[in-house]
Amino acid sequence: MTTSPFDSYRPPETGRRRRRASGVRGAVSGATREVAKGARRSWMNREGGGQREAPAVPDAEFSSYYGQPVVKPVPWDHRISAYLFVGGIAGTSGIIAAGAAATGNELLRRNSRLTSMVTVGLSGVALVADLGRPERFLNMLRTVKLTSPMSVGTWILSGYSAFAGVTTATEVLGMLPARGPLRSLARVLAPLTAPATVGQALLGAPLAAYTSVLLSDTAHPVWHESRRQLPFVFVGSAALASGGVQMLLAPAGHTGPARRLALLGVGTELLAMHRLEEHLAQLHIDEPLTSGKGAGKLRLARALTIAGGVGTLLAGRSRLAALAAGAALTTASALTRAGIVEAGIESAKDPQYTVRLQKDRLEERRSRGVVHDSAVTVR
Amino acid sequence: MGYLDRQLAGRTNPAEDAGWQDAPSRKGFFTDTSICIGCKACEVACKEWNGIPLDGLTISGNSYDNTGDLGASTWRHVAFVEQSQDRIQAARESGKRLVDLGMPSIGTPEPAPEPAGAQPAGYGTLPAPIEGHGPALSDMLDEKANVEAGGTGDYGLTVDGVPIVGPVPEFRWLMSSDVCKHCTHAGCLDVCPTGSLFRSEHGTVVVQDDICNGCGYCVGACPFGVIERRTDDSVSVTADAHVPNVGVAQKCTLCYDRLAHDQTPACAQTCPTTSIKFGAHEDMVASAKERVVQLHEQGFTEARLYGANEDDGVGGTGSVFLLLDEPEVYGLPPDPVVPTAKLPEMFRTAGVAGLGLLGAAALAFIGSKS
Repeated sequence: MTTSPFDSYRPPETGRRRRRASGVRGAVSGATREVAKGARRSWMNREGGGQREAPAVPDAEFSSYYGQPVVKPVPWDHRISAYLFVGGIAGTSGIIAAGAAATGNELLRRNSRLTSMVTVGLSGVALVADLGRPERFLNMLRTVKLTSPMSVGTWILSGYSAFAGVTTATEVLGMLPARGPLRSLARVLAPLTAPATVGQALLGAPLAAYTSVLLSDTAHPVWHESRRQLPFVFVGSAALASGGVQMLLAPAGHTGPARRLALLGVGTELLAMHRLEEHLAQLHIDEPLTSGKGAGKLRLARALTIAGGVGTLLAGRSRLAALAAGAALTTASALTRAGIVEAGIESAKDPQYTVRLQKDRLEERRSRGVVHDSAVTVR
Repeated sequence: MGYLDRQLAGRTNPAEDAGWQDAPSRKGFFTDTSICIGCKACEVACKEWNGIPLDGLTISGNSYDNTGDLGASTWRHVAFVEQSQDRIQAARESGKRLVDLGMPSIGTPEPAPEPAGAQPAGYGTLPAPIEGHGPALSDMLDEKANVEAGGTGDYGLTVDGVPIVGPVPEFRWLMSSDVCKHCTHAGCLDVCPTGSLFRSEHGTVVVQDDICNGCGYCVGACPFGVIERRTDDSVSVTADAHVPNVGVAQKCTLCYDRLAHDQTPACAQTCPTTSIKFGAHEDMVASAKERVVQLHEQGFTEARLYGANEDDGVGGTGSVFLLLDEPEVYGLPPDPVVPTAKLPEMFRTAGVAGLGLLGAAALAFIGSKS
């Protein structure tokens, strides 16, 4: 069916109307992009070879401007997903390290301190790689801005790195023969280690959690609307991943607390993710999570989380089973981050999510008689 | 508490809030899309004045729009929307519905005229159609005379209850020059981690190229999809082939350099139909309100304002628009909300989650011995 008399010459539409890889909306923007890349295209068929409907008619569901995104997707890629992943492990490893130091679990303390240093270093590398040049990181240290989660996060990351540096140095010095300048360095570090351990644990929690605010504080429908669930998804994911890493590094006898933390993380993440999906489904913007580009990753992540959790419970003293479970948990965390990043970007690229959400919101307010706060006014 | 409250949402004077003392009046645009002719002079003038590189010379296939959308190298963008009769009718209905809802309206100059005695308004009144194209002029004149004589008929009514004479056109183009909104509460400015984006003394939002670190956070935080990071696909227009500010966020500065010398922004100065007006923000809002009343009196019930409400999700925009259809038709968000308005809630939730993580770790370590 055509919606306009000007379209009477068009062939009838075929295929599904609601969701398509390159339908009316996608076709236009997709075609634009392909033209920019120099793809071949005739003026008449607009990339579809005459098979697809030409994109002059607005979509029946809602009116959009030729399928152009209403909000711009952030120019972030896998490096930011990697940053979120290693940042989570870093933060929670610092907490594990503090717990291990408090309970006198030396192997776990050493491993988790080293893990936290390596991962926090990697997160810095990922961040700089995303920014392009190292000195650009310094631009963020010019100012403290509480309205910017990224600025807050930069300071959390910097403070955490400083504490992690002290605790890791202590750990490394302990492994080296104590002589000469190393001995005096160890003497300097000794009184600093305990406060640094506490500081690392206290900053570890915000380091693991702030990235959820980083994503939520955008106009991307999926990220912004999951602001109540995403922090729990991310800390759960961080807990299970750092637990998983410790399971990979040490035999079961030493990693009891890490495994218990991983199990708590599995429970939290699964529950929070379920609630997140339910919430987005209520708002009718869950498609990017359930059938979009990131959906496969999220599904695999859930399967691996469950498998890793069950493995952690049942592995007992088996080193091999613990290795498999740890690897599953770590991979699950990486996939969750990547899946959520991709789903959010997809929700920004397609105007239907933005417009549907906002129109529903507006309609709901108007039905309650609230009309004073609309961007559109009659006069 | 009031000062802090005003930082993230609600009515405020942005320049004063940003710490400017004795700031000049807030500046803004009023873009009247009803008289835009789609000449794109604003796009060109903006590129010329600001030395913006090309971002590709392509034909998008979207009517006469070969620019696509606002971005790092497009600070003014003229949208072309082709509409058929049923869409125009729908726009009229939705415009009238806003009135029925009792949407906010301030300063209607005169009370609504009585339906019976009032001058009929309508699409067919000005200008008269060419004979043979569209409705016959004689029919419309008859219709008009009939209404004026108090006759009855199946007429649509304007928002003031005046009967609309003449048929809805079979086709129309909506042309609209879009620009950065220079929001009262700007998402891009709030989330910028470097302080590269700042609030100027004119209440506008400007990027400092040398401080921007290209993180791209502002791109995602803009509820209007305006600001963008310039990519290296951009093409230089200067002889030395230098593309400035690649990898840096760029957007309309409201010609900050011209404003500093009491000049009009390039787009507004060049606009041949005065569709783009520039001036003190309150004057712009006032003239926007005047204009929409005028259009309503002429029977264009689809006319409405966008961004003129200080109580909306971004505290009102510096650039006010008069639209002839729903905002999403022009690619504008129907209910924009600055994401940072929810920031306290987000930080609280993340704090609870972080404490939960510490608690879970404590639980995991209880009773554990090496």
